[in-house]
Amino acid sequence: MFRPISDELRQATSHDGSPSVRAVGFTFDGRRMTARAGDTVAAALLVNGVAACRETPVSAARRGPYCLMGVCFDCLVVIDGVGNRQACLTPLREGMAVETQHGARDIGALERDE
Amino acid sequence: MKRIEDIGDLAVGYDLVIVGAGPAGLAAAAQASELGLATLIADENPAPGGQIYRAITTTPVKRHDVLGEAYWQGLGLAEALEASNCDYAPQTTVWSAELGRDETGKIAEPRSFTVGVSRAGKARLVQARRLILATGALERPFPVPGWTLPGVMTAGAAQIALKSSGLVPQGRTVLAGSGPLLLLLADQLKRAGADIVAVLDTTPSGNFKAALPLLPDFLRSPYAAYGLKLFARTRFSLPIRRNVLELRISGEECVERIAFTQSGRPVTIDCDQVLLHQGVIPNINMSNALGCGQHWDMSMHAWTPTVDEWFASSVPGIAIAGDGAGIAGAPSAAIRGRIAAIAAASAVGLLDATTRVRLAGPLQAEAARLSRGRSFIDTLYRPPGNVLRPADPATIICRCEEVCAGQIRDVVRQLHVQGPNQLKAYLRTGMGPCQGRMCGPTVIELIAEQRGVPVSDVGHYRLRTPVKPITLEEIASMPQSEAAKNAVMR
Repeated sequence: MFRPISDELRQATSHDGSPSVRAVGFTFDGRRMTARAGDTVAAALLVNGVAACRETPVSAARRGPYCLMGVCFDCLVVIDGVGNRQACLTPLREGMAVETQHGARDIGALERDE
Repeated sequence: MKRIEDIGDLAVGYDLVIVGAGPAGLAAAAQASELGLATLIADENPAPGGQIYRAITTTPVKRHDVLGEAYWQGLGLAEALEASNCDYAPQTTVWSAELGRDETGKIAEPRSFTVGVSRAGKARLVQARRLILATGALERPFPVPGWTLPGVMTAGAAQIALKSSGLVPQGRTVLAGSGPLLLLLADQLKRAGADIVAVLDTTPSGNFKAALPLLPDFLRSPYAAYGLKLFARTRFSLPIRRNVLELRISGEECVERIAFTQSGRPVTIDCDQVLLHQGVIPNINMSNALGCGQHWDMSMHAWTPTVDEWFASSVPGIAIAGDGAGIAGAPSAAIRGRIAAIAAASAVGLLDATTRVRLAGPLQAEAARLSRGRSFIDTLYRPPGNVLRPADPATIICRCEEVCAGQIRDVVRQLHVQGPNQLKAYLRTGMGPCQGRMCGPTVIELIAEQRGVPVSDVGHYRLRTPVKPITLEEIASMPQSEAAKNAVMR
């Protein structure tokens, strides 16, 4: 889990001290959360105490962001209904509905949606 | 610079397409556009900088002493891109590149690459006369029992969280592994307020002796003063434990503790976060998939694309600049990017040979200067066999398909597997979404071990495009010509 660095360390020393942090609201598995505008979805999850954001297709093991640079694919989530999104490469947007990705995609489920 | 916000704003064709906006890509883009090349620089991240200068223009951590001056040096590269007349496409994935062919299947002249590009769920094909791959490095996978538990990340990931979002690990944090970044990050995180309860150094004590003859070269390198200062500062400020072996991370839902041996004695530390690091290696996925030749680099202990003094790969028209063609650090990557851009300008006829040499000469000298001391670092931090070839059979090697070291050893031995491509058919290693990025280096080690041959004899995965997964919807979103439609519709 992660937390924001202290304001003292964040701020430029000479700046006017106006809050540079704008909050963005989103949901994770229906829970309301906020994070900083400019964060990726992965960073937003980490700062909200979400360590695991998917279950693997093979053993349903819980996994969370690992590399944060787009190479490990362990931060795959469902965003606004679209699965297999790399949370670490997706900027957070107001109102995003982020969900845990459970296992492999189910083609039967897609067909039932038709 | 023109920022591409919509994929439809891309030009039909460019003189040069650069993949990656880290130091090599940024420097190449500015140099290329200065020399008159119509240039597109495409990058997956929302802002320029790559990983080393990640979020250099957008980081919320404005106090310079937190991220350090070496980081802030990247600002000049981002400003040069801003001042150039390149097209810059952030949040854009380049997933393929193929030489255009005529109806008979022969490579069409003049040569032009068709480059597959995606942004925000839409794909396009753009033409490029030249390509520069500036896809950088990734951290060498460090498979230990428990490395897939939530709460375990790479050291690089923690640094990215700090740079791009101003986040520090919460709770008791352990860093483990080897390499220059391990100490640097531990120091950075401590100054950023993290609770570092241990830094577990797995560097074998014999490495220093092996590296000693190379020390004078390192001491004359541009990194010596910085490295020695870091070493001195962290010696007493950080809880460093040396001669660490047999890491084992465990916990119920998340990380709860890390066990290891220190100089042979078993130790367990309770913790909430583990950050692993074992140096960096070139990210060869795209160059390999585009057919660029590669060789086994003994010094880096990794497959590396083969390039000439202009950073041209074995495929005419494709250059590989920066750490993607050999680890030498960010300042060197920027210089190498500029040289590759000069070569591209020359290749399309914008520079004559004399001007090319005149422009590149000083840069090549600078690149040579910056590569000094590298062999010392490579030798000092060379990963030992117990790191490269995990002994515990239950250690997950392929994170995507959840294949363990024991399974790989058994199958390789029993079925006489010769190389990683064959192993895919038996175990699916390398066939998950990461496309072998996380397992490839370890899979080849285990095959080499079981076959009793050097790892260079085993080869690497034959990677394929698309080098990043794309959806059918993205492919369907591409504009179709009448001819293309007629070809598949009856």
